[in-house]
Amino acid sequence: MTGTWVAWLHYWLTGGLLLVGLYGMLAAPHLVRKLMGMNIMQTSIIIFFLGLAAKTDATLPIVPTDDPAPAAAAYINPLPHALMLTAIVVGVSTSGVALALILRIHRHFGTLDERDLLSKLRE
Amino acid sequence: MKQPFGSAVLEAAARLLAPFVLLFAAYVVSHGHSSPGGGFQGGVLFAAGLLLVKLTRGDPSQWEIGPRAALVLACSGVLLFAGIGLLPLAWGGSYLDYDAPPLFADPVAERVLGTVGIEVGVALAVAGIILLVFDALAGWGEPERSA
Amino acid sequence: MKATAFALTLVAAAVFIHASSALPAFGTADAPASAHVSPRYIERGYEETGAHNLVTAVLADYRGYDTLGETTVIFTAGLAALLIIGAGAAWSWEGRPR
Repeated sequence: MTGTWVAWLHYWLTGGLLLVGLYGMLAAPHLVRKLMGMNIMQTSIIIFFLGLAAKTDATLPIVPTDDPAPAAAAYINPLPHALMLTAIVVGVSTSGVALALILRIHRHFGTLDERDLLSKLRE
Repeated sequence: MKQPFGSAVLEAAARLLAPFVLLFAAYVVSHGHSSPGGGFQGGVLFAAGLLLVKLTRGDPSQWEIGPRAALVLACSGVLLFAGIGLLPLAWGGSYLDYDAPPLFADPVAERVLGTVGIEVGVALAVAGIILLVFDALAGWGEPERSA
Repeated sequence: MKATAFALTLVAAAVFIHASSALPAFGTADAPASAHVSPRYIERGYEETGAHNLVTAVLADYRGYDTLGETTVIFTAGLAALLIIGAGAAWSWEGRPR
């Protein structure tokens, strides 16, 4: 598989997903849509990291009892999995804080559209 | 949640599913060291099982963890984690060095115990925080309606 | 505004395509990410921590301090959400379900 363009397809797809999220954050005028763009970017970064953990012909990082001397090439890298597990939970809690802020903005200004918010802030 | 949006179908499904979701959460937390799973996943499952009932039945369900109890749950989870980390200091170990206390002869058994304790702490904290954030976003949104 | 956003996205896309050529091919066993500490985790993990699941061994044992900080982060985020919603509203613990 190495040497062909297929070996880099994973990076292009996750990069494309990141660009979708980036464009959503930049172009969407609605704050909830910006938050959705941010979550898409987070997801793409998580998939990118999990792809770095992959090894050809390796299995899940769970060592059975009957394998006394596990070889590093036989199990995929557990480190990105542990890091991304925490990243997912942090992403959930940052989404919670962002939604709370959005709720407060809507309660105060009555709108979530960026252009209306800017014109109301200038008054 | 003041108004539930449950129908007969949703309520029957939630009634059937919720106990199994909670049981599976306990399984995922307790087997986190020997199979896929762990504190984060189990805590999220536990919160999801409770939120399923809360969403379908609303306030009258009388079968939920309120915001005050959720806050206590989250605090106790973080304190359990930090407390397990502090315990080895009394026997001259470093922070989070589980095999310093002379509980068992086998240091690996002590590390398993410390790992499971930390997973439980993480699960409590995650479940409490998710219930708390849900309550904050869903229940307290409109100050005019809730006196 | 949409045109500016699209142009910026195209610039980012060009940077990604240029950078992806330097990354290791998918599934390379001796990639830099799998070369430094990861072999030690896989080869000695079960023996040293007693956890079959190496992700748990890394999360709760080798990098337990990381996980403590991360639990504190979500705890703080939950409290922040609570205070952002609660502040300004006429809200109190009284009359709330326990």
